[in-house]
Amino acid sequence: MLNLLLLVMILLGLYIILSLSLNLIAGYTGLLSLCHAAFYGIGAYTTAILSVHTGLSFWLLLPISGLVAAVSGVLIGLPTLRLKGDYLAIATLGFAEIVRNVLTNWDSLTGGPRGISGIKPPVLFGYTLDPLKKVNYLILVWFFVAITFFVLKRIMESRFGRALEAIREDEIAASSMGINTTKYKVVSFSIGAFFAGIAGSIFAVFIPVVVPGGFDFMLSVTILCMVVLGGMGNHIGALIGASIIYIASMLPQILGFSSIISPQFNQIIFGLILVIMMIYKPDGIVGRKKPDFEKLIGASLKKEVSR
Amino acid sequence: MDSTTFSLFQIDIVTIFQHLINGLTLGGIYALIALGYTMVYGILKFINFAHGEILMVGTYFSLFLFNTLITGGKTGAVLFILFILALLFGMAISALLGVVIEIIAYKPLRKASRLAPLLSAIGVSIILSNSAAYFFGTRSRKFTYPLDNKPFNFFGLSITPVQLLTIFVCFFLMLGLKYFVDKTRIGRAMRASSENQNVASLMGVNVNKIISITFAIGSALAVTAGVLYALEYKVSPTMGTMTGLKAFIAAVVGGVGNISGAMLGGILLGILETFGTAVLGIPVGYKDTIAFGVLILILLLKPDGILGKNIKEKV
Repeated sequence: MLNLLLLVMILLGLYIILSLSLNLIAGYTGLLSLCHAAFYGIGAYTTAILSVHTGLSFWLLLPISGLVAAVSGVLIGLPTLRLKGDYLAIATLGFAEIVRNVLTNWDSLTGGPRGISGIKPPVLFGYTLDPLKKVNYLILVWFFVAITFFVLKRIMESRFGRALEAIREDEIAASSMGINTTKYKVVSFSIGAFFAGIAGSIFAVFIPVVVPGGFDFMLSVTILCMVVLGGMGNHIGALIGASIIYIASMLPQILGFSSIISPQFNQIIFGLILVIMMIYKPDGIVGRKKPDFEKLIGASLKKEVSR
Repeated sequence: MDSTTFSLFQIDIVTIFQHLINGLTLGGIYALIALGYTMVYGILKFINFAHGEILMVGTYFSLFLFNTLITGGKTGAVLFILFILALLFGMAISALLGVVIEIIAYKPLRKASRLAPLLSAIGVSIILSNSAAYFFGTRSRKFTYPLDNKPFNFFGLSITPVQLLTIFVCFFLMLGLKYFVDKTRIGRAMRASSENQNVASLMGVNVNKIISITFAIGSALAVTAGVLYALEYKVSPTMGTMTGLKAFIAAVVGGVGNISGAMLGGILLGILETFGTAVLGIPVGYKDTIAFGVLILILLLKPDGILGKNIKEKV
C-alpha cells in the first residue's frame, strides 16, 4: 500500500513537470502542441541509450537528455510553428507519431518494441539510488518539480515571458511591437521540450526500462487535458490539473477497486469529464491569470521616479 | 547500369500497375473518410477527431448485423445482398451517431475558442474507442467475404473482387457526393454555410439542419470506407484511430474544406504509401511515417493543400 502511494506520488511529480512545461507552450504561448509525449520519450530514450552504451553518470545524462529534447524541439518548431491552431496540432501530432515509429522500428538502437532495460541507477555522493527504494526517487522527483516550477515562474515574470503572452493574445500586434514572434515561439517550444526531456530522463532511471508504447498520442492528450483542466496559462492550474487527473485515474488502484473497474471504464469517465468540462468550464478550475496592468505600469512608474 | 543500385527502374510495367491498383484501393478508402473531415472543417472550422471512432462503431454494427443475417450459411447473390443491407444499417447507425455527437458535444461550443471543440472531439473519441473495447472486447474480428474472393487475372495483373468492389463503391460515392454538393439545393446550402454561416442563415438556410446533414453524410461515407477496409484488414476498437488520422492527412494534402481536394489527397496518399513500401523499399514498420512525412512536407511547402485556396490573414 505504502509502496503504491509512493509510486503514485513519484509518477505524479513527473506528470506535474510535464504539465508545467506544456503549460509554457500551450497555456502561455498559445501553441497547441500534441507532441509533448514525444519529447518525454526522447528524454527517456536518450538517458537509456547513453546509460547502457556509455555508462555515463545520471547527473550528466539528465542535462544531456533535456538538451537533446530541446534541440528536437527547435528542429520541429522551426518548420511547424509557422502554422496556427488546428494545423499546428496536427503537424505536432504527425511529428510525435514519427518519433514513436522510429522508436518502435530502429531495433539496433532502441531495441524495438521490447525497449531498453539495464539502465544504471544514479549515484549520489557514493550512494546508489536503488529504484526499489522509492523514497529516494520521491525526493529526487519533487526536487525537480520545485526547480521546474520556479524556473518557469521566473521565466513568465520576465520580459521574455510577457512577450510570450503577447504572442498568445495577438500575434500580429505582438510582431508590430517588435517581438520576433518566430524566435520567441521556437524558444518557448524548446524550453518546454527541455523540461519534458528532464522528466523523461528521471522516468528512465526510475522504472528502469523504456518501451516505445508509453509515449503515445494518448499521453500527449492527457498532458494537454491536465493543463486545460487546471486552467491554461497558470502554473498553479497546471499543478492542480495534473494532480486531479492523475490521482483520479489511479483511484481505483489506490482504493483496491481495480479488479472491478476496468481500465476502459476509467478512460470513458476521462473522456466524459473532458467533454463536460469543455462545455461548462472551458477556462479550467483555476482559470487564466489575467495580467494586472495597473501593477505592471505602477512598477515601471516607480522605477522612473526612483531614477 | 548496375542493376542493384537502380532497382527502381528494373521493375516492369505490370508490377507498377499492380501497385497502382493496390494503392488506388487504399486511397479510395482514405478519400471516403477524408470527405467527412473536409466537409465538417469547411462548415465548422474544426477537426472532428472522433470521425475515425464513428467509423469504427458503425463498422462494428455492420459486422454484427451481417454475422446475424448469415447464420445458417448463405451463398451467392443472397450473401451479397445481405452484405449491402448490413452496410446500409451501419451507415444509418453512424449517421445518427454523428448527428447526436454534434448536438451534444460540439453544438454548445460553436462560439467558444478553437481549442474547446478540438478537445471535446478528442474526449468523444476516447469515450467511443474505450466503450467499444469495453462492450465488444479488444479482440479483432474479421468479415466473411460477401463475394468469392478469387483474384482475376488481367494481363498479368491480379485483382481481387473485393478490390474491384472497393474501387467501384468509392468512385461511385465520391461522384455522387460531388453531384450532391454542386447541383442540389441542400448542397448549395452547404456551400453557402461554409462560406459564411450568418449570411447563409439570413438567406433562409437552416444552418443547424445543414450541419446535421453534413455530419450524417460524412459519418455514413466513413462507415462505407470502414466496412470496405475491414474486408481487407480487421475490425478492432482501435481501427479508426490510425485510419482516421491518415484520412485527415489526406484531407490536408488535398486542401482542407475542398471536396475534390479530399478525393485527390486520399488517392495520392494511398498510392504513395503502397509505392513507398513496395517500390522504394521503405521498411513496412515505417509505413505510417510516410503519411506523416507527407503531411509535414505539404504543410511546409503549401499549407493550404494542393487544391486549397490561399487565404490571406486579416487583421
